[in-house]
Amino acid sequence: MEENMVTLTIDGETVKAKKGTTILQAAKQAGIDIPTLCFLKDINEVGDCRMCIVEVEGRRGFATSCIQTVEEGMVVHTHTPNVLEARRTVLDLIISNHAKDCLTCTRSGNCELQTLATKFNVLHVEYPGEMTKHKVDDKSPALVRDFNKCILCRRCVATCKNVQGIGAIDCINRGFESCISTVGDHSLNDVNCTFCGQCIEACPTGALHEKESIKEVWARLKDPNTYVVAQTAPSIRVALGEEFGMDIGTNVEGKMITALKRLGFDKVFDTNTGADFTIMEEANEFVERFKNNDELPMMTSCCPGWVRYIEENYPELLSHLSSCKSPHQMFGALIKSYYAKKENIDPSKIYVVSIMPCVAKKFEAIRPEMQNEGLYDVDGVITTRELSRMIKQANIEFTKLEDSKFDDPMGEATGAGAIFGTTGGVMEAALRTAQDILTGEDLEKIDFEAVRGGKGIKKATVNIAGKEIKVVAASGLKNARKILEEIKSGKADYQFVEIMACPGGCIMGGGQPIKSAKIRSEVDVRKLRANSLYTIDEKSTIRKSHENPVLKKIYKDYLGNPGGELAHKLLHTHYEKREKYNFET
Amino acid sequence: MKTLEEIHEIRENKRRELDLRVNTKADTREKHILVCHGTGCTSSKSPEILENFRRILKEKNIENVRVIKTGCFGLCAKGPIVIIRPEDTFYAMVTPEDCEEIIQTHIVEGKRVERLLCKDIDGKIVNSLDELNFYKKQKRIALKNCGVINPEDIDEYIAFDGYKALERVLDVMSPEEVIEVIKKSGLRGRGGAGFPTGKKWELTRASEGKQKYVVCNADEGDPGAFMDRSILEGDPHAVLEAMTIAGYSIGANKGYIYVRAEYPIAVKRLDIAIKQARDYGLLGKNIFNSGFDFDIEIRLGAGAFVCGEETALLESIEGKRGQPRVKPPYPAQAGLWGKPTLINNVETYANIAQIILKGADWYSSIGTEKSKGTKVFALGGNVNNIGLVEVPMGTTLREIVYDIGGGIPNGRKFKAAQTGGPSGGCIPKEHLDTPIDYESLKEIGSMMGSGGLIVMDDTKCMVSLAKFYLEFTVSESCGKCTPCRIGTKRMLEILEKLCNGEGEEIDIYRLEALAKNIQKASICGLGQSAPNPVLSTLNYFREEFMEHAIDKACRTAECKALAKIGIDEEKCKGCGLCQKHCPVNAIKGEGREKRVIDQDLCIKCGTCIATCPFHAIN
Repeated sequence: MEENMVTLTIDGETVKAKKGTTILQAAKQAGIDIPTLCFLKDINEVGDCRMCIVEVEGRRGFATSCIQTVEEGMVVHTHTPNVLEARRTVLDLIISNHAKDCLTCTRSGNCELQTLATKFNVLHVEYPGEMTKHKVDDKSPALVRDFNKCILCRRCVATCKNVQGIGAIDCINRGFESCISTVGDHSLNDVNCTFCGQCIEACPTGALHEKESIKEVWARLKDPNTYVVAQTAPSIRVALGEEFGMDIGTNVEGKMITALKRLGFDKVFDTNTGADFTIMEEANEFVERFKNNDELPMMTSCCPGWVRYIEENYPELLSHLSSCKSPHQMFGALIKSYYAKKENIDPSKIYVVSIMPCVAKKFEAIRPEMQNEGLYDVDGVITTRELSRMIKQANIEFTKLEDSKFDDPMGEATGAGAIFGTTGGVMEAALRTAQDILTGEDLEKIDFEAVRGGKGIKKATVNIAGKEIKVVAASGLKNARKILEEIKSGKADYQFVEIMACPGGCIMGGGQPIKSAKIRSEVDVRKLRANSLYTIDEKSTIRKSHENPVLKKIYKDYLGNPGGELAHKLLHTHYEKREKYNFET
Repeated sequence: MKTLEEIHEIRENKRRELDLRVNTKADTREKHILVCHGTGCTSSKSPEILENFRRILKEKNIENVRVIKTGCFGLCAKGPIVIIRPEDTFYAMVTPEDCEEIIQTHIVEGKRVERLLCKDIDGKIVNSLDELNFYKKQKRIALKNCGVINPEDIDEYIAFDGYKALERVLDVMSPEEVIEVIKKSGLRGRGGAGFPTGKKWELTRASEGKQKYVVCNADEGDPGAFMDRSILEGDPHAVLEAMTIAGYSIGANKGYIYVRAEYPIAVKRLDIAIKQARDYGLLGKNIFNSGFDFDIEIRLGAGAFVCGEETALLESIEGKRGQPRVKPPYPAQAGLWGKPTLINNVETYANIAQIILKGADWYSSIGTEKSKGTKVFALGGNVNNIGLVEVPMGTTLREIVYDIGGGIPNGRKFKAAQTGGPSGGCIPKEHLDTPIDYESLKEIGSMMGSGGLIVMDDTKCMVSLAKFYLEFTVSESCGKCTPCRIGTKRMLEILEKLCNGEGEEIDIYRLEALAKNIQKASICGLGQSAPNPVLSTLNYFREEFMEHAIDKACRTAECKALAKIGIDEEKCKGCGLCQKHCPVNAIKGEGREKRVIDQDLCIKCGTCIATCPFHAIN
């Protein structure tokens, strides 16, 4: 053990750190918080911004503490006058080319540059001068890029390239004119971006954000002739509280429902119920395909970033994709058909708002095939962040709210629906139902531990009715590519594949509360949010989708059989090859 | 493939045949007309001159005269250069039309074409190259073959001991022994920083890893620098041979030459040289039957100055955007594709074979205590003999500027010399006697750099000079790190303010503080040294900065916004010529009255200065 440890001094404190630890990490152990901007743990450790520079005795120049590893006997100073002056200059320079319109910035209050400016008490612009000018790119339905706020930290580039394996963005031009852009400087909408939104989560400033849709939602809420229905994705409830200062992963389901009702939604339903429908359809589809050995492995289709990715990159494998719509789309379709009929509401007067942890859902909702009888399944998609803004705008003191319950009859969900929000959750939920279908029994073994956890690729073999089923759950598009390549080359022997575009699944989606690089390096955000979902599942009385009474009733009264004609019309969709690049060259 | 014996045979025969190139008393009836084909002379039609010579010789049925394409002779100011050997007659500024006369008079009649003979600064006609003051204080090691051999003929390289060092290394020396010789020679990196070359080889050899690489940095990008280009154009095999020796020494089988695409002639000659070396088995498998394999590929740079920085160069070879990496790890530990990599620049390699052949003691006897050997400089600016010079380390700036460079033209005074390009600094006249070596230059706030040496006379504004270099750095910064990306831009903006008369004294302090922080906080050599031209001019010419800031004046009138044009009353004869030429009617006065300039109207175009027959306007 001792062999792997080195002892060093940081700001006079003796620190014992593992070999290979960076100065930044070692300092953290000693309670020393060296400022960073471009650093994003495990993703972008390049030392570009120069905020984290420190002095190391006996070494010429500054050391880059986010990269430089500790050495035995090293003496580090993190705040000598020399370091402070250089660090301040770096900060002043960044600020000099940053659009300083904090009052009109979505990230005000949660901006890493603003935090540093406050810390250093920056009261004026030390180096005023020319600023690079960029057109705001808001062509895509999901993301907005405003590079007048970009500080060239390249956390988005590293995320897109190294985590997602997409590389839709990179640095173009050079020197002062450098900026992050796409191939040929085209809109993000017209290139190989999947709209996963992970770049937004990585951005320390307001250079990247979701395309906000709350104006339209407010307008509909005000309109007495519109019946506005909210549905909330599984992972909203375990993250929304963070926007109000609550602990990461706190389950605020009850408060969230109360808040939505106070905002004026006519009904608040649970997308978890939609997830139960997805499982019903998907498990049945799987059982059919499995029995007939038809287009296996079958791959999940709930994630719109993933669907866009496969459409753009592996159109030849589209037949493996389940034809199921994603939960909120299924649910929207049912609200405008079954529910409207039942409650005798004109479906054209219903406005379905999906509250999603995702920006790609904004794109999914406007796919032309997501319509029934000329009406879109879902009319508006807002993210967790946007919902929190609405709650704040409505003067609601969120933390003080009482709990409420989802409205009947579309508010009853199972534990299986809840875990949809995490990687491996869709797989587990589907297996619970599939094993009951295949065995014809009500099995008690319903925890599939092998597909839980934060690993990017989780493989497992499950034994159902004497048959071995090989499954894999992957999250992060770089991992998705690995699985697709296996399938393409014929090396894969899986029968069922779950893919989520965002690493960790929807709980870590591009629409979720943004956590600073500092928090991301100190806390496993994914784990905390995921644990909360598994707790919901554990505490649920019903944990198998097919046992959801609401679902049983709707199939019996309205839909018929899973995979039947009406179910197909409302709950299934199709895919198409999509060009990666849509511009004239 | 050639056997060792065949190579020896080529060397012996060819050397005899080419004796006239280096021996004015060579026993031969042949004559060689050498036509410089460096970039400078090539752009002044030397290929046409070569063709004309060949055509005329053929037309006149003259035998025993060969026309040879060579690399750079160094005295570029006199180009296109034609030298006829063995008599060593130096014809300067030859045009294609002169060929007929040269052939007729020189070759046929055995006389000299007097009007084309090269003249020294003092106007004296020189009979041969060695008589020129320009060459007297030079010592050519790296440039040994430049201007002597045809760079496109491997046999000519072999004739002058080419590939002999490689043969010796592979035959009787262990890698450790080679490294020991290089270490003992005291050779230091000629790319700028002066890291001991042998030490670098040793570190790369010591790094663990089966796959290692040898890289040649030929991305010479300093404005006004063309040392490496001339070596590649004049003696490409010297670099190939040295890289192969380096490969053997560090345990690498693969080499890359990273050369700028803006050097098409160098690229072409390298390409030819690599092909010829492969044909002879001097590159490839089992070189000299030693069991050692080595091959070299060319990689073209796309015109980014930062790619001369070693780690950015590696990124570029890997096909990525040319941006530096944070060091450590150094390339010797993790370089190309993460493998231990040795990077030296062209001039460094050009010394290797001769150190092996002549010994470490010979090499270390040249130069100063800490800087051994010679250094090639590209001499430019306000100096008479513009060109390429190679001098022993320790030669003073005065010797280079006055003895070799022939002093300052137009009777003007020396103001400063700039070394190290955008990474270096200015040396004022009080340091003219500084011996040029790594330490001395650093001490006076400049640096050796790759060897650009630009001389400036007293018409040059130092603030504007600093601005020029910053403009270069700003446009060449890769944009990776904050201090260089934004900081250099802000420095430039302050300098622009000063030059436009909008600056204040405090700007000078802000400039200085910013410069020092950029030096300290930037990732790579480009950013760390970008402030050098500003800091060194501030150091030696602070009063000029103050004049710009406080008096709003530029003493050289180079900063147009600050220039004040005035008419000397004593000298003005009232001829009115200036008034007639002034495009904005800013000059007042009638008849034989002395003229006055209305400063509000004057646009400082300088037309009046040029037109005044009495030099009364300044």
